[in-house]
Amino acid sequence: MNLTHSEKHSEAAVYRAVIAAGEPFMTEVKAGQTLRLLDLEGNQAVDTLFYSASNPRERYDVQRTLRRQNRVYLSAGSVLYSNLGNPMLTITADTCGRHDTLGGACAQESNTVRYALDTRYMHSCRDNFLRASLHDGRLSKRDISANINFFMNVPVTPEGGLTFEDGISAAGKYVELKAHMDIIVLISNCPQLNNPCNAYNPTPAQVLVWD
Amino acid sequence: MTASLALGPTLYEETVPGGGHTSFVLKRGQQLRITDIEGGANVSLLLLNAMEKSERLNLPDSLKCQHTAKLTAGHCLYSDMGRVLAAITKDTCGWHDSFGGVLNADEVKEKYGAGRYQELRNGYFRNGVDNLLVEMGKWDLGLADLLMCLNLFSKVTVDSDGCFHFQPDNSRAGDHIELYAPMDTLVVLTALQHPMDPNPAYAPKPVQLTWQQVRSDGITLLCRTSRPENGRGFHNTERLYI
Ligand SMILES: [Zn+2]
Repeated sequence: MNLTHSEKHSEAAVYRAVIAAGEPFMTEVKAGQTLRLLDLEGNQAVDTLFYSASNPRERYDVQRTLRRQNRVYLSAGSVLYSNLGNPMLTITADTCGRHDTLGGACAQESNTVRYALDTRYMHSCRDNFLRASLHDGRLSKRDISANINFFMNVPVTPEGGLTFEDGISAAGKYVELKAHMDIIVLISNCPQLNNPCNAYNPTPAQVLVWD
Repeated sequence: MTASLALGPTLYEETVPGGGHTSFVLKRGQQLRITDIEGGANVSLLLLNAMEKSERLNLPDSLKCQHTAKLTAGHCLYSDMGRVLAAITKDTCGWHDSFGGVLNADEVKEKYGAGRYQELRNGYFRNGVDNLLVEMGKWDLGLADLLMCLNLFSKVTVDSDGCFHFQPDNSRAGDHIELYAPMDTLVVLTALQHPMDPNPAYAPKPVQLTWQQVRSDGITLLCRTSRPENGRGFHNTERLYI
């Protein structure tokens, strides 16, 4: 694991917010600013999507990002590329060491498949994404693509298996990203109650931004 | 389960040349066989609900619910609405890749050099983003609808450090995959080299498409029963037609 700490102090942040467990969240980060996502209590999945603020049709592209770093996990040094081939953000610090970008967001519909048909009416990340997107107006269902699950550990085996390991995150772990363009950040602080990864206990996350 | 009992006659056949792209609705109850004619082909594939095209192939949902990063016979390709757009009922290849995606025009130029229509006519260097976008455009879809695609016939493994390794010779001449549609599914595809294929020459391979009418949806038995998740996925799909 490639652990990289940050010199930044929270008192110097120009923006600070706490996302309560299970809530949607949207903010903007300007080119040159640094965004920190902080796992306050540990093993929380922070489902995140990034869009160009000047052209919201330009968004984080998981397949190009993985291909260009020739690696399946995100960590310090990873550059997140857009569907137009442009670098959007670079992970500049990471005290967790590995973040999932294959598992996607939970949804009412996928919950019925994964867990049981009667989980349909439970809260989900895709509902959060839609709620924040449709209130904001710049994004719609068509823009919801494969997201990053910060602090989640979803290893791929050499045989092609996908395993869901217990979290490697802990209280106070964080990831920092420097923006290369003006970015819309769309987050669902995952409300999943069916997954042992978070000990069936969604918790709050913190967002900080530095100039 | 023997294919000869379940399958009706071939409805239609067509060859997609290397670099070609196409799209069509695979109707509920039909099966599409895609054959690697020469060996070493790659097909970048997108699937959508033909009746409601905001419902699209969701690879994270597909991989997650079947606990797999590779796709092969017995697996289902899920939409974001928890429904099965296609079931992989047969696969002689054994591994289809979810990681590699497609190259855009700049990436193709960087990898293979310039290959313009002006000099090469229809042998010009195509790229997956443009090919898929063009087909999407024919259904009034756009960039926002271009999500993670599945690369048929290609194998990319992940080592313990998380690094990718493209495995050559995954698909031989005659290898094929069969996709059964339990709903009306819009198929969008292009036959181009896998982005991680180390061959420095632009040399995409042709594939054959064969449409078959399936007399019984029993052909999906393997997919329905391979995991309890897939039984629920078919349940959700059948709800579309109540
Ligand atoms: Zn979630």
